Amino acid sequence: MTDTPSHRLPEPDRPWVMRTYAGHSTARESNELYRNNLAKGQTGLSIAFDLPTQTGYDPDHELSRGEVGKTGVSIAHKGDMHFLLDGIPLDAMNTSMTINATAAWLLALYLATAEENGVERSALQGTTQNDIIKEFLSRGTYAFPPGPSMRLIADTIAFTVDEVPKWNPINICSYHLQEAGATPVQEIAYAMSTAQAVLDGVRERVPAETFPRVFGRISFFVNAGIRFIQEHAKLRALGQLWEQLGRERYGVTDEKYLRLRYGVQVNSLGLTEAQPENNVIRIVLEALGVTLGRDARARAIQLPAWNEALGLPRPWDQQWSLRIQQILALETDLLDYPDVFEGSHVMEGLVAEFVEGARAEMAVVAEHGGAVEAVPYMKTQLVESHRDRIARIERGELKVVGQNVFTSAEPSPLQEGEDGGIMRVDEAVEQGQIDAVRRWRAERDAAAVETALDELRAAAREETTNVMPATIACARAGVTTGEWAGALRESFGEYRAPTGVADAAPTTADESLSALRDRVEEVSEALGRRIKILVGKPGLDGHSNGAEQIAVRARDAGMDVVYEGIRLTPQRIAQAAVQEGVHVVGLSILSGSHRELIPDVLRRLREAGGNGNGAGAPTVPVVVGGIIPESDARELLAAGVTRVYTPKDFEITRIMGDIVELVAARAGVSDLPASGTLASLAQGAPRQ
Amino acid sequence: MTSLRRGRSLRSLREPLVSEVTHPGLSARGRTAEGSDEPQGAQGARAAIDRPGEGTGAELGRRLREGERSAAPAALNLIEDRSPAGREAAAALLAEVSPAALGDEAGAHLVGVTGPPGAGKSSLLSALVAAWRESGRTVAVLAVDPSSKRSGGSLLGDRARIEHDPGDDGVLIRSTAAAGRLGGLAAATRAAAQALAAAFDVVVVETVGVGQSETEVEELCDTVAVVVQPGSGDTLQFLKAGIMEVPDLLVVTKADLGKVARAARRDLAAALSSLGVSETPVLSVSSVPPPEGIAELAAAIDQHRGRLDLPAVRARARRLAALSEFATEHGERAVRAVGGRRAAERTLGELDPALETAALVSLLDRTAREADGERY
Repeated sequence: MTDTPSHRLPEPDRPWVMRTYAGHSTARESNELYRNNLAKGQTGLSIAFDLPTQTGYDPDHELSRGEVGKTGVSIAHKGDMHFLLDGIPLDAMNTSMTINATAAWLLALYLATAEENGVERSALQGTTQNDIIKEFLSRGTYAFPPGPSMRLIADTIAFTVDEVPKWNPINICSYHLQEAGATPVQEIAYAMSTAQAVLDGVRERVPAETFPRVFGRISFFVNAGIRFIQEHAKLRALGQLWEQLGRERYGVTDEKYLRLRYGVQVNSLGLTEAQPENNVIRIVLEALGVTLGRDARARAIQLPAWNEALGLPRPWDQQWSLRIQQILALETDLLDYPDVFEGSHVMEGLVAEFVEGARAEMAVVAEHGGAVEAVPYMKTQLVESHRDRIARIERGELKVVGQNVFTSAEPSPLQEGEDGGIMRVDEAVEQGQIDAVRRWRAERDAAAVETALDELRAAAREETTNVMPATIACARAGVTTGEWAGALRESFGEYRAPTGVADAAPTTADESLSALRDRVEEVSEALGRRIKILVGKPGLDGHSNGAEQIAVRARDAGMDVVYEGIRLTPQRIAQAAVQEGVHVVGLSILSGSHRELIPDVLRRLREAGGNGNGAGAPTVPVVVGGIIPESDARELLAAGVTRVYTPKDFEITRIMGDIVELVAARAGVSDLPASGTLASLAQGAPRQ
Repeated sequence: MTSLRRGRSLRSLREPLVSEVTHPGLSARGRTAEGSDEPQGAQGARAAIDRPGEGTGAELGRRLREGERSAAPAALNLIEDRSPAGREAAAALLAEVSPAALGDEAGAHLVGVTGPPGAGKSSLLSALVAAWRESGRTVAVLAVDPSSKRSGGSLLGDRARIEHDPGDDGVLIRSTAAAGRLGGLAAATRAAAQALAAAFDVVVVETVGVGQSETEVEELCDTVAVVVQPGSGDTLQFLKAGIMEVPDLLVVTKADLGKVARAARRDLAAALSSLGVSETPVLSVSSVPPPEGIAELAAAIDQHRGRLDLPAVRARARRLAALSEFATEHGERAVRAVGGRRAAERTLGELDPALETAALVSLLDRTAREADGERY
């Protein structure tokens, strides 16, 4: 041992925790999935919740329609949590929960379940994501206004640091910032600024001697893109800044508390719908970015599946991604060496660049009053970065193989199966969960529930009281997810996050955008008023990056754009379309609820008669964009949707041009015969 | 270009065009009804979509007059339509909701809500709309968005921030861009307010700005509330410097901020009393739960309306609208041809107060032509 040369480790490192972001339908079905995944060699759990659970609504709430069990598992109460964790040894498991607005609640359900299974809190290991700022900035599953949201985070941290000491109560999450378009510098700066806002909040709620331990419990959840050298440098920069923050701002001296701990999910943003098999190669390279250098290696990794731009992955797809991790950790010599970048002139240079850039950007955020106050600023910055990235792909400056270069390809055998290469959630799940939650409410001790909720309301009102004990009491009493969040909504109020689009600087007009502007003017002149478009996001899906880009580009093309942000009911969208007198409606859905929600919007538009002329087709054309499988697209077109755009339609200016022609055709001011175009589309012409 | 076409179509309602050829740009543009390069069939198809079958201008106007609120969106589409055919239809619509057709001034309360960005106008409106609905009144909100970019397009975001029940047909929210329309409030906004006033109990015109925009809102509305957020000194400075006219009501938002909000309210009250207008109410509200001061504000808005001589206020609004429209269409030269703004206002004031805006514009037209011949 003693004569191990310095370029080798005495023994290989232990592999990182390997997880797969998984969960769908019911708790029972997800439990089976987890057990299978563990049997395949997965070493931790990563629970994906459905959107109602993430935003605090029960399965029978109006906003939950079409979303129950879709993007993850539906957990409405402690009974569901028991099924979810059935047979999984909680004292030996490391469970990561991607949960934010309702993190305190899901943690309480986990604790109550462990307690009822006889497992000590102190033995529990895992993570609640619990980062609300990135929800305001990009992912959209927030429930309460910023102030009370930050308090909930502080409460969970202050509670767990003593009560559940091995738990990571928050995973500051820059992952979704990159998905929203963040550059490496923005990703680092906004994550660090968020960490600072969280820590400042907790500092007021714990004794000073506890604070270094609090600092040590903060972990990060990052993204890793395809430019994997640069991405590795980003992680090293994050580590340096974290240590500096601990020492300089919070006076932490213990080395073990100062080490950056992070988990990672590699990039989904760069995964393509075109030639989707290429995504596997992208995922491998992105995994290298977070594992190559020992000094900044991830503690836990989850990899997306090759088909995420097509729809939900199947168990086989997820297994393939798990095998990537296993091969990387166990077959290669990655874990045999000390840090391979130590002394690298290039790596040091990159890191210094990022540290400097991030410090400057952190100073700007601080000038805005810190991360919470700077949400509108950061949001606008992200919308602009994302716009620039998309524009570079459109111009071909940023090459994406199979998408904007080398686009001719053989048909992929991976998509030839009956299921089209994706997983489908049984549509009976939603009704099943609705019935189940109603049964649950009928069968529990109603008085105990009322008492628990009253105590929760009282705790919420009292700013200095920690809401965790009352929340755990609610979990024990059988309160539902919607009731818990509902009681807090009463106390805290609701919130609509800034969309960032109004302040986004105009897109630089290239030739195609200029041409489009001319056409918009021409059609507007012929219409008598400016083309007006409603961009809407129905349902609970908060991934608004696409909708925002469409809204900004439509404005830059010269249209009047009504954009109301996320979480709209079909009723509200139809009402807005009618009252605003728009010429076209564009809807964006990524969560898979399009089959339920889009036909509902169409029906309501028909009922409202668009501009007042009764039944038949909606008077305004409706176009849809999102992760929509081919067969669903055909159904939507048959149901009356005029166009379906999917991730492979990456040229936004071209989409806009298409929409302008639709408006012109529908209004009879172009040369296109309107009915003919629509008919051929409805009969299954290739998706546009 | 647009304004020229608009002017022509307005006049064409009443008399044959005298000076068609002297309007530069009309024939050059080649997209007028007469010189249209659109096929006739296409025109017809558009009329069917943009102006639904039952929705000719006059018909829509009649429906609004009968209180049919579902006619409002189509009516607003028409009013925004700048094409010659659209202008003509809009004029027919407006004639149906004129005081002459209604038999009286429209009963709606026209309320202007204006203030700088971020002052909390939308949250305030959410609470006010709820209060009005609770008292059984129907509400239309015209949100005039200032964002205008070089492309000519706009992002209209206000609708999102005004919380309302989408199942309630007693609330209508319509956003419009003020883009590129000189003089702030578009003529279309005035016409829209007039049309909505026939079918809704309260019509709110929401604009953004301090110092300029509220002048026009004041011309149009019965009651104007300027919204101020604590800690921003602009309103106070503008009031003191006389840049801003004294509004009917001043509303300090974010009362939940406590001391800062109370200080802002005190400062505004002091400034008003130093200007000798201490009777102007200064109210403090908070829109975060639990909302505070909303009922009091709603009552103060009602009280202000109660003190008004409504026919006089509306007649003045029509005179000013006519002047503004006339000036926008024909420029300052034409205003000079009718003896300047003040003289014109006086002259209009001597006419039958029930005359509608379009008639007044037409009268100004004639006067100007007589004074200035073909040149104006």
